[in-house]
Amino acid sequence: MSEPRSMLAARTMSRAEAEALAKRVLGFSTAEAARVSINSGSRGNTRFAVNQVSTGGDNFNTSVTVLSWMGKRAGSVTTNKLDDASLKEAVQMSERLARLSPEDPEAMPELDPQQYSESLGWSDATAALEPGSRASATREITEASRAAGLTATGYLETQAGAQAVANSKGLFAYGRQTSLAFTTTVRTEDGTGSGWAGTASHDWSRVRPRDLGARAIHKAKRSANPVAIEPGRYTVVLEPTAVGNLVQLISGALNARSADEGRSFFSKQGGGTKVGMKVVDERVTLTSDPQDPEAYALPFTGDGQPARRTTWIENGVVKNLAYDRYWAQRKGVEPVPTVGTLRMSGGTASLEELIASTERGLLVTRFWYIRGVDPRTILYTGLTRDGTFLIEKGKITRAVKNLRFNESPIFMLNNLEAMGRAERVSASESGGPGNAIVVPAIKSREFNFTSLSDAI
Amino acid sequence: MRTPRRRCQGASGHGEIASPMCAEGRGRTAESGRFWWLTNSVVQRPTGAASDTMVPLLVDASLCTLLYSPIQPVALLPSSRRQFLQRTSLAAASLGLAAKIPAQPASSGLIATPYGDGPINPADPAIKELALLAVDEAKRAGASYADVRFSRNRSQNVFTRERRVQGISDNDTFGFGVRVLVDGTWGFAASSEVTREEVTRVAKQAVAQGRANRVAQIRPVQLAPADPTPNGEWKSPIQVDPFTVAIEDKIALLLAANEAALKTKGARFVNSSMFFLREEKTFANSDGTFTAQTIYRVSTGVNITAVSADNSDFQSLQSYETQPMGLGYEYVTNAKLAENAPRWAELAVQKLSAKPVEVGRYDLVLHPSHLGLTLHEAIAHPTELDRAYGFEANYAGTSFVSPPEKVLGKFRYGPEFMNVVGDRHQPGSLSAVGWDDEGVKPEEFHIIKNGLVNDYQTTREQAMWLDWWYKQQGRSTRSHGCSYAQSWADVQFQRMPNVSLLPGEKDLSFEDLIAATDRGIAIVGDGSFSIDQQRYNAQFGGQLFYEIRGGKVVGMLKDVAYQIQTPVFWNAIDMIGGKSSYQLWGAFGDGKGQPAQSNAISHGCPPTRHRQINIINTGRQG
Repeated sequence: MSEPRSMLAARTMSRAEAEALAKRVLGFSTAEAARVSINSGSRGNTRFAVNQVSTGGDNFNTSVTVLSWMGKRAGSVTTNKLDDASLKEAVQMSERLARLSPEDPEAMPELDPQQYSESLGWSDATAALEPGSRASATREITEASRAAGLTATGYLETQAGAQAVANSKGLFAYGRQTSLAFTTTVRTEDGTGSGWAGTASHDWSRVRPRDLGARAIHKAKRSANPVAIEPGRYTVVLEPTAVGNLVQLISGALNARSADEGRSFFSKQGGGTKVGMKVVDERVTLTSDPQDPEAYALPFTGDGQPARRTTWIENGVVKNLAYDRYWAQRKGVEPVPTVGTLRMSGGTASLEELIASTERGLLVTRFWYIRGVDPRTILYTGLTRDGTFLIEKGKITRAVKNLRFNESPIFMLNNLEAMGRAERVSASESGGPGNAIVVPAIKSREFNFTSLSDAI
Repeated sequence: MRTPRRRCQGASGHGEIASPMCAEGRGRTAESGRFWWLTNSVVQRPTGAASDTMVPLLVDASLCTLLYSPIQPVALLPSSRRQFLQRTSLAAASLGLAAKIPAQPASSGLIATPYGDGPINPADPAIKELALLAVDEAKRAGASYADVRFSRNRSQNVFTRERRVQGISDNDTFGFGVRVLVDGTWGFAASSEVTREEVTRVAKQAVAQGRANRVAQIRPVQLAPADPTPNGEWKSPIQVDPFTVAIEDKIALLLAANEAALKTKGARFVNSSMFFLREEKTFANSDGTFTAQTIYRVSTGVNITAVSADNSDFQSLQSYETQPMGLGYEYVTNAKLAENAPRWAELAVQKLSAKPVEVGRYDLVLHPSHLGLTLHEAIAHPTELDRAYGFEANYAGTSFVSPPEKVLGKFRYGPEFMNVVGDRHQPGSLSAVGWDDEGVKPEEFHIIKNGLVNDYQTTREQAMWLDWWYKQQGRSTRSHGCSYAQSWADVQFQRMPNVSLLPGEKDLSFEDLIAATDRGIAIVGDGSFSIDQQRYNAQFGGQLFYEIRGGKVVGMLKDVAYQIQTPVFWNAIDMIGGKSSYQLWGAFGDGKGQPAQSNAISHGCPPTRHRQINIINTGRQG
């Protein structure tokens, strides 16, 4: 391990250290082929609740996964004990598992050495953030909240990690990244109002805690004493976080095999997939790009393939579905790996303009507890939360009670009216850094709300 | 809340995947973003043969006696440590596994437990010495209270689809975490380097962090008293350690189940899996407690997908009769997957031609394999005390069962005959332990008594918040033993124990409830689920839906979900099953906290009938 700058700063594994560790593991291998994956890093967090720090945590861990091949038989073992004896045991165990398992008809040979683009997405500012600085940052929110007679709860998490993949054919890939998420929910003392604000980035220097607090405080005040409205179909202005909450659900379905197998939204009736078919509004384009400066991803996949930019949906038309190496070979196409990040094209409207152009509709800050209902249509249910407002004649007129929706992001993007500028959001339900999602605010019609909730 | 699990398998995308990071299932923890390796989850993503693998299969519910033959309940015969060890070594020998490498002395570098197959002894003197060192170093650095957990998690995943083994992966993670109170503020630090030097460094790091956190302190933490346990040992009541069972047997069992399912016409895809966990946990604190526990968890199941001839529809069925449990391999054997698979496959195919439900209000008869999840979301979560006081507002949410001063002893949750208890002792349940993660011996307690809110789930810190209530009740202020951390790398906090609905006095069965219902829907197995952050408004699907007319099941329905307001729903119970209809439901993916931690819990319940509940149709639209 590299020496930490202090007892409290993040530790990460360097390229040389990762390479040496991978060599050590592969040196114990007696299998016909083997792959080793290394995940190493530090993770720090500070939680605050009711205007004070509640708990925090700092930890460091390195895990090694070895995948051994005996012909077409495979076995995998993961351990975080890195002494020679433990690593050797892990390798031997994976070989035993491989020997005892049946041949895998879908086995693909390990890759030869590959060329990768540069690993991006590391920030020294993030890696250096210590508990004291985290506590100070959260205090900028809690103090402002206390001064306003409100109650702030929230979470700041930073990660600094390295990942490497190597195999017995000489392939080696290494990347390191930092990542963070900072979110807060501010509630009114009487419990009738709640406002949320959050952000995610790889770079701590882009984060403005005071602004985050101010946004949540403003929303909390404005959301107090919401009124009930009839559930039904509404025009909605969705803030970028709310858009991210739903649009990210599409990427899980962008898989060629499940579409070919007839068990996906992307299956075509009568057989085949929807590639080439228009499924959403023509202004919508969805891409993943490991080099996207707002959504960096590692330049390689878990099995050592180079990661690359992929367009999933272009101008509303399905362009690509993900193919793993086996399914690609079977279908006679090139593999299309996934990297986990997602960017949706945007427009030029500001959030204020989206609101101003709305005769009657709802403004949604974010969605929550989003769970699948029907995979045939990518139909999900969930609720609005922490800032839901009625728009009348182009203005926010009052706070409304939260609503449950039963809706598909596909329908939502078909009913698109207008889009704002795409931005990085904290779209993970739990407030962790998650995968990078870049989406615009949108205005969409006939969004399906099915019931009311009294939850604040 | 509960993290979602995968329904459609492989990378097939959607199903119950909640996000592109997806892949949370029972047995999988929360967040799996780019840094999923840092989540220190009990299970990490295995590196399978193909990059699209990863199939937590998932497993529902125990048995249903109505239309399905029951699985015999698992006999719970705790074996002695000696028998257990004998069995372990015999099986290990038969597998030709390498002998365990002896532990190195504590003073030199890495301690104990190189990768091996046999269980370590959590009461290992070398670990005990390090545990006591951590507590001493933390106290010396200025902590008023300190505890340390050493934990070794060994897990194994075997997952298959159709005639193929998609992956076999073992995961072993070992490390320790030190938690301290410094002037009434918490600090926590953890590491996987188990050496004297690192233990000392981490103890000091935890204290330094507590000191840094103190700047924002308003109210210092106080701990309720707890009787110290100087030398406690506990082990899950298992019969067969899953890590001693030959891998070929596991594979053969799953492939036989798949083969049996595929014989059914129309059943096109089948996934099956097994997951095993053995956690060896050593705990010490500055109050003089030292405990060593070995905890086992198991999950197995089959998921079958039927696709219509023209690709216009597909429907899946989870084996709702298998439940995650705190048991050993005997649970897998007793689940008889291959024997049951044809029946499950037939049900999946039947779902294709089931009648879409007409929206409206119906009387619902809910099987325990379904009700467990509703109970989890709409009773167990809102009665977590930290939620009631706003501590989880930023993620899991707060609670409508609040403020405690206004609801304890007063708020009517349900009818007079409704009693809900928290416990960590039901044999084979997921939450069963000897001591919680702050060394407290858990006790059974009534959360809802005769329909009224009676108590909350607590830790030592939280019990103090209800001091006034316990005094008023003439009870002592003690933690209910609800402290839990998912791994050595995570700080412990309040997590739900088993929260169970007690059966009624009359020994009614699921069938009795159906026979008494004129127009209704019976629901078996859990499906889609979602509830708001204060736990008022919820929506639940299921696995199987049966239309009831004149006391009889007249056919199968599909696209069914019910929407509820929590107190209305529980007050609408007018019939409840009896003792012999009581079953345990279970889940690994109970998510809460930031970073999100995954808890494993069982919920026991009888079937219930609820009058006039709102049903929606979730079928294809637009």
